[in-house]
Amino acid sequence: MSVNGKPKLAMYWAAACGGCEISVLNIGEHILTVDEVFDLAFFPCIADFKTVDVRGYPDGYIDVCLFNGAIRNSENEEMARLLRKKSKILVAYGSCAYEGCIPALANLTSKEATLETVFLNNPTIDNPDRVLPQPAYSVPEGELEIPEFYHTVKALDQVVDVDYYIPGCPPEPHQVWAVLQVVVAALLDGAPLPPKGSIVGAGDVAVCEECPLEKREKTITRFYRPYEITPQPGLCLLEQGLVCLGPATRSGCGALCPQVGMGCRGCYGPLPGVEDQGAKMLSAIASVIDAGEAGMEEAELDRVIEEAVATIPDPAGTFYRFSMAHSILRRANDSQSDKV
Amino acid sequence: MNHKPMEEARIGVYVCHCGTNIAKTVDVAEVARWVGEQENVVVARDYKFMCSSLGQDLIESDIKERGLTRIVVAACSPHMHEKTFRGACQRAGLNPYMFEMANIREHDSWATDDRAAATQKAKALVEGAVRRVAHHTPLEPLPVEINPNTLVVGGGIAGITTALELANAGYHVYLVEREPSIGGHMAQLDKTFPTLDCSACILTPKMVEVGQHPNITLLSYSEVEKVEGYIGNFTITVRKKARYINEELCTGCGICEEKCPKRVVDHVFEAGLGYRKVVYRPFPQAVPKYPVIDRENCTYFLRGKCRACQIFCPTKAIDFEQEDEIITFQVGNIVLATGYDLFDARRIPQYGYGRLANVFTSMEFERMVNAAGPTGGKIVLRDGVTEPKSVAIIHCVGSRDKNYHEYCSKVCCMYSLKFAHLVHERLPDAEVYNFYIDIRAPGKGYEEFYHRLLHEGTHFIRGRVAEVTDAARQPGEEGKLIVQVEDTLIGKQRRIPVDMVILSAGLEARHDSREVSQLFKMGCDFDGFFVERHPKLDPVATMTEGIFIAGCAQGPKDIPDTVAQGAAAAARVAGLIHLGTVMMEPVRAYIHEELCSGCRICNTLCPYNAIVFHEDRQVSEVITALCQGCGTCVAACPSGVISGAHFTNEQIMSQIEGVLWDVRRNGNGKQPTVNIQQSTANVQQPTVNEP
Repeated sequence: MSVNGKPKLAMYWAAACGGCEISVLNIGEHILTVDEVFDLAFFPCIADFKTVDVRGYPDGYIDVCLFNGAIRNSENEEMARLLRKKSKILVAYGSCAYEGCIPALANLTSKEATLETVFLNNPTIDNPDRVLPQPAYSVPEGELEIPEFYHTVKALDQVVDVDYYIPGCPPEPHQVWAVLQVVVAALLDGAPLPPKGSIVGAGDVAVCEECPLEKREKTITRFYRPYEITPQPGLCLLEQGLVCLGPATRSGCGALCPQVGMGCRGCYGPLPGVEDQGAKMLSAIASVIDAGEAGMEEAELDRVIEEAVATIPDPAGTFYRFSMAHSILRRANDSQSDKV
Repeated sequence: MNHKPMEEARIGVYVCHCGTNIAKTVDVAEVARWVGEQENVVVARDYKFMCSSLGQDLIESDIKERGLTRIVVAACSPHMHEKTFRGACQRAGLNPYMFEMANIREHDSWATDDRAAATQKAKALVEGAVRRVAHHTPLEPLPVEINPNTLVVGGGIAGITTALELANAGYHVYLVEREPSIGGHMAQLDKTFPTLDCSACILTPKMVEVGQHPNITLLSYSEVEKVEGYIGNFTITVRKKARYINEELCTGCGICEEKCPKRVVDHVFEAGLGYRKVVYRPFPQAVPKYPVIDRENCTYFLRGKCRACQIFCPTKAIDFEQEDEIITFQVGNIVLATGYDLFDARRIPQYGYGRLANVFTSMEFERMVNAAGPTGGKIVLRDGVTEPKSVAIIHCVGSRDKNYHEYCSKVCCMYSLKFAHLVHERLPDAEVYNFYIDIRAPGKGYEEFYHRLLHEGTHFIRGRVAEVTDAARQPGEEGKLIVQVEDTLIGKQRRIPVDMVILSAGLEARHDSREVSQLFKMGCDFDGFFVERHPKLDPVATMTEGIFIAGCAQGPKDIPDTVAQGAAAAARVAGLIHLGTVMMEPVRAYIHEELCSGCRICNTLCPYNAIVFHEDRQVSEVITALCQGCGTCVAACPSGVISGAHFTNEQIMSQIEGVLWDVRRNGNGKQPTVNIQQSTANVQQPTVNEP
């Protein structure tokens, strides 16, 4: 610990939206306790720190680092490695750091295609000279560098060793506060920490456990997008044809989305022991699709199933919205799968 | 992903040579050496025959002396010897489910001649088994009670035999027959080869016995619609088709049949050679004795008039309002004896059946020579009067022919010889020609019967008949049927003019055997015959526990073989009933209740209705006694809280990782060791990019 005796807290954003930082600030008046207990060592979102400051710290100087965001480019990776070295406890904070989240959906396509969409071929883009970002560029003043844009987006633990995971997009404030309390108790009073590798700030049972909507036996003939129907109140959304990943997702959020008529997106990630959240949900959905009657002709069955499945646009983006980086799919197969 | 077993596993691996079956293609010594270096493997050996008692002793002594806690045998299919090796584990005090088998014979050595590739695959399969077995947990088999009732499907001689054997042993049988009477094809036959017993004379007493047996519920004119459950506890749903006859009132007097004014060609029992009334019994000795009204042809049903049968019935048993009845009952075992269909001779146009009047099928001839048949036993041409002076009998019609069925129908040679004998007997002056490919007469008294025919003066001409035609080319051929054949014994083309041709049609699987096999959830081969558990050693059992097969449904066979199979199936069933319980694989699904969120995805999926939802606790539960371990719910549970015993996620994923051990190594940047077709991208040396 540093001179003032307070444990050091850091928070850093890699490929992220900023929501994770907000979620920490969103713990309300408890933020004052955080400030009381911790000394901020690095938190670019709210305080003026530079990377050089971190480089100057001795190894293990930071007690807890909340790292959010996925590893999308070389800067993300460099910071992950640096903060790992400087931190006693490295926490993958939020869905991007934990399992890739929205940035990792880019793994369904290639680096080139992503750059094409972002910089060249898009209705809001005017780039007649087809200028693309270059990792290095010479100007009279010297060589300019920007980070290298990777082909595959990774979760934090695919790059460095991670001590704990806090799921959520973003994590819910009450869960954040609960985790911080455990950390504070451990740092100040020597209370035991959970075993390394634990997923903290979430439950072990599916979201349905916390969801008050009534669940009945399920047979689904077709699916709807949220704008297409007004769900019947009080009834499980999935059986009404609204894709809800609740049954395949860790609880902890309090089932906020389904309670306001929006199917669970799955941001708390897979349940314990589940290898692939998307595959699990797909398999569940496939099981409850009403595939017609026994004795129906093969072709007719195919047609019925085909039509039901066609009502789910973008299945990969729906079922792997948060979990692509760690899924068995890992990424779309392409000729560059050996690239970083 | 991390799949660490709970405690340290001490694994013994045994690689079997299977004589040369495996060793010829797989370098078994190398596989054993290699696997000996893998994690947790304490002992690795290769041995000539692991299934021999010496091989099993090897496992037993290693378990005792080396303290092995898990066993892998790399050999044949688990269908063959899983039980054997589980037994060896058990004798050495190890729970039998701490065993895993890697199939390096059917899945490997038999599939290729490439020794390097086969050895590589054997390593992958063994590594999969080694990693899987590390996650095995001890399991105890589940006892299941056997319902002592049995369903027999098919009332031919196979089904009759099974039903009587079981009924006489004191067990109740439900015998379901599609036609109005039991008896099957055997009831249509005239004489049986080679003893020339009258078929009906030896069959009808058995039929009567079935009809009267207190332990047999005979459901004729009925079909099985639904089969639910599993060995010991099947629930059967049968549709009993409306006969339009009140069976409680009918005495079987036959007055309705006599008074019915309409007759139609009988395509079933009389093979199209004779007629029957619209209200009819297929034959006088039919069991049960109740007739059936053929709704499609009945004047009353067609035009609302007639009612002759109803008017004359002395017991008022005719009931035009009768409807199909759905009957449900429970049985412990099922025997399928659904028989065969005769090959349709029309499918071979060059033999002229259906076009040339005096070409007959074997079944037509059976009915013709039968004293109770349409001609009263007289052998006559299609005109019904003229006796033929010469008869040609063509063997292998539809059999031993790549265009139709490659297999030999087994009975045609013998019944063709019987036909020749019957022609000699009835028409001593007629010439009889048998056109054969080979005479197949393996059976008690069969070869002797062939010799008898040689002495009776039958002309045997060896060669497949090319054509039967009525186009005369030479004098003496006018008005005759000419059989064109290459006589392969003299190496010459011959044209034999005859008055009558009989086509000895082969036996084929029932036209609906595939649907039946699906209904009963058991296997059906390419030809449509039901698949036995083992072609040599288990011919009446199937891969589905509690379901047995007998007779021609399994493949063409003669009456003695059919009867033997019918009795064998009965013995197997009786054995199970006598035991009272069977031990079932403890492969069952289990819901971890404290982790179940009650989403109810699984609730409608179970084909055995084994999942219940507890409203009070909002969790689902699998009823172990009903679960059959199919795994549907395990795969569907989105929360991953349903485990399939012996097929847990850890077990399956570890096995996959083991099988892919070399692929994973390639992924880590080493050169691929197998030349499986790879895209060029994967063969390139991967770029290592450490920023």
